[in-house]
Formats: sequence, structure tokens, C-alpha cells
Amino acid sequence: MRAARAIIGRELSLALRSGGGAGLGLAFFLIVVLLAPLGVGPEPQALAGIAPGMLWIAALLACLLSLDRLFQADAEDGSLDALALSPLPIEAIVALKALAHWLTTGLPLAVAAPLIGVTLQLPAAAQPWLVASLAAGTPALSFLGAIGAAVTVGLRRGGLLLSVLVLPLYLPTLIFGARAVAAAAAGENPWPAFLLLGGVTLGVLAGAPFAAAAALRANLR
Amino acid sequence: MSLVVTDLACRRAGRRVLDGVGFALAPGGTLVLRGPNGAGKSTLLRALAGLLPPERGGATLDGHLALGDDPDGWAERIAYAGHLDAVKAQLTVAENLRFWAALLGADATAEAEALDAFALAPITSRLAGACSAGQRRRLGLARLALAPRRLWLLDEPTVSLDAEAAERLAAMIASHSARGGMTVVATHVALGVDGSELRLLPPAAASTAAADPFLA
Repeated sequence: MRAARAIIGRELSLALRSGGGAGLGLAFFLIVVLLAPLGVGPEPQALAGIAPGMLWIAALLACLLSLDRLFQADAEDGSLDALALSPLPIEAIVALKALAHWLTTGLPLAVAAPLIGVTLQLPAAAQPWLVASLAAGTPALSFLGAIGAAVTVGLRRGGLLLSVLVLPLYLPTLIFGARAVAAAAAGENPWPAFLLLGGVTLGVLAGAPFAAAAALRANLR
Repeated sequence: MSLVVTDLACRRAGRRVLDGVGFALAPGGTLVLRGPNGAGKSTLLRALAGLLPPERGGATLDGHLALGDDPDGWAERIAYAGHLDAVKAQLTVAENLRFWAALLGADATAEAEALDAFALAPITSRLAGACSAGQRRRLGLARLALAPRRLWLLDEPTVSLDAEAAERLAAMIASHSARGGMTVVATHVALGVDGSELRLLPPAAASTAAADPFLA
């Protein structure tokens, strides 16, 4: 437990200190969403129609921003070797680092979402579902991203390849997350899409640490 | 015999850098790896750390524990200090050390001893990014003193250390040996520790054909 707390605490303080990039994902999310009315036009009808999808796409991109440094920074300064030889299994280290990534990127998005939903004319009935779907869906983004970050850890410009690898994996989360919000906005039952979204996240939480750890082991050689 | 390495062969990026390396180290023994650049000293240390699976051959610790059979059990008995110091520039010296102490399960006493071993106490509140290369290296090496390990694997530990810190390192290795610990250290300079020496030579260029189809 002490080792797990140490990893989370270290990741959070690294993210919050200079050059860590916590808050940048949120700022990026805000800017992308605020650009939408400028590009699409300010008509409430048009904005409300694209709001669920737009919000979720912006959330995917915001999560991607900081993923390329998830393991790369540790690989460059030798910490990854030392972490791999620590008493914690690599799978647990991956899971803890992905959890810390979610705490600094996914969670702030869910918290800030109501504010952003209003600017896109999202109906009031859909606001709680926006928060709930982001809270339930963004952990999958961090954990799937950890697989991509582990595969590209040795590459100099891994960020672009990471996006190409990881964005297709985000499809189920995007579809069910946006669908749950859209259903709530249209006055339909959002539960089926929301439960599928939660199912995707649970499956990813269970499987991704093992895939990412296998990729890291191969990259440590 | 406590560490026995037999007929170890390793490839890196498809090129064989080690072939037929074998040695034995008694409890308390120190082995100094010598050899020109590219002779495979770092590769041997990474293989012994369990980070690089050997192509052939293997190693056993304390007679029964084989490298590769039980990676976790192996990792629990070794400490590895490579070229890089595993130090985060954005954290202070104390925070860096406390993180590794928590991860390795070291208590506050061990943490204080580790600070003491390399005279880090005066700079505990300094950001590691503001430390000199030698101070960062001392911080990286202080990790070794946090938790007892049977086998220390040190890759050029004296790089950027001043004469006093190099003496502290030698004293640390000596007290590790006195407790029955073993050390394999790659270095180009005289360390001032008693031990046997192993000379590695770059393998013949003939063995460049890759066995790994993905690297062919």
C-alpha cells in the first residue's frame, strides 16, 4: 500500500509541478469546445445537435495530449529500469500510473463538463449524464492510452504514432459515451448506452495493465 | 558459490554483444568488469538484472534461484544502478529518496543512513534538477543503501563522482561485502575495492546475423 501511495503521490506532484502538464488537458478541452460555436455558428439548434459528440471528441483529444510522456519520461531518466526491478509488479505500476493520469486529466474534464455543456446549449436534462459518462468513460481512455504509451516508449517522436494507435481503440468509449448524452438530451433512456460504456471501462481496466506491462517488458530489453 | 553465471550469451538489437561469459562469485565477493567500450559490460549487467533476457546460458543465485525462472524473486535480491540515475529533476533530493524508500519498503532509519552514506544531508531540500551531475549520481547511488540486497550491479558508478564520493562508494561496497553481499561493477578506473577482475572483449564481427526474424 505504501509503495502504491508513493507512486500515485509522485505522479501527482510531477504533474502539478513546472512542466508537468496537469491542467493543460483541461485547457485544451475548453479551447476545442469553445471553438465549435465559432466554426459551426451560434444557432442553438445546431450546437445542441453536435454537443454530445463534440464534447466527447474534445475529451478524447485532451486525454491524448499528455499520454506520450506517461512512460517516456521514466525511460529517459532511468526510473523505468528501477521501477521494473522494484517489488511491485510492472502491471501494478502501469495501473497506478494510468490511474494518476486519469486523476490529472480525465477527472478534471468530468468536473468542468457542466460549464462547457452550457456553452454548447446542451439541454439541462443531459448535464448530469454528461458528467456521469465522462466520469465513467475517461478511465478507459487513460488505461488504453497506457498501452499505446508502453508500445511507443522507445520512440523519439512517439506522440503521433501513439495517437494513430490509440484513437481507434477509443471508438467504443466514444460511441457509448456520446450516445448516452445524446439519448438524455433527446429525452430517451440513456441507461443502455451508459451501462455499455461502464462495461467497456471495466473490461479495459482489467486487461490494459497486462497488455501495457508486456509491451514495457519488451521495450526494456 | 553464491552467484554462478554459465555460458551467457546476449544479443542487443540483433547483434551478439556477449558470448560464452561465465564466472562465479562467492558471498562477499566483488567482481570488476573491465574492457573497451562496446565489450558488453552494460549488457552483462542488464542481463544479470533480469532486464535483458539472455539468448543462451543463465545465472543462479544462492544455488537454487535461477535467472528467468522467478523474475520477481530475482529482482528482490538485486539492486541495479545503471548509466542513468533514476532521479526526477522536478522533485527535491529528499522527495526522490523518499519515493524509492517507500517503493523498496525502507524505513526512516534506512533513509537517513542512505542520505548519510553519500553526504546528501546538506542538499535535501534542493530540487534534483538544480543539482550537479555528481550530486545526482550520489543521489542515484544512495538508492543502493535503502534496502538490503544480495547482489549489487553497478554500471560505471564513479562517473562524475569526486574523489571523496568515490571513496564513500568504495566504503559502501566494502561494508556490503562484509555483510556477505556480492557486487558486480563495470568501471574504467581503479575503485579501491578488493575483488577479482573479468576482462570482456568485443565479440568477433562475424556474429552479426540476426536470429530474431523481426530484426533481420
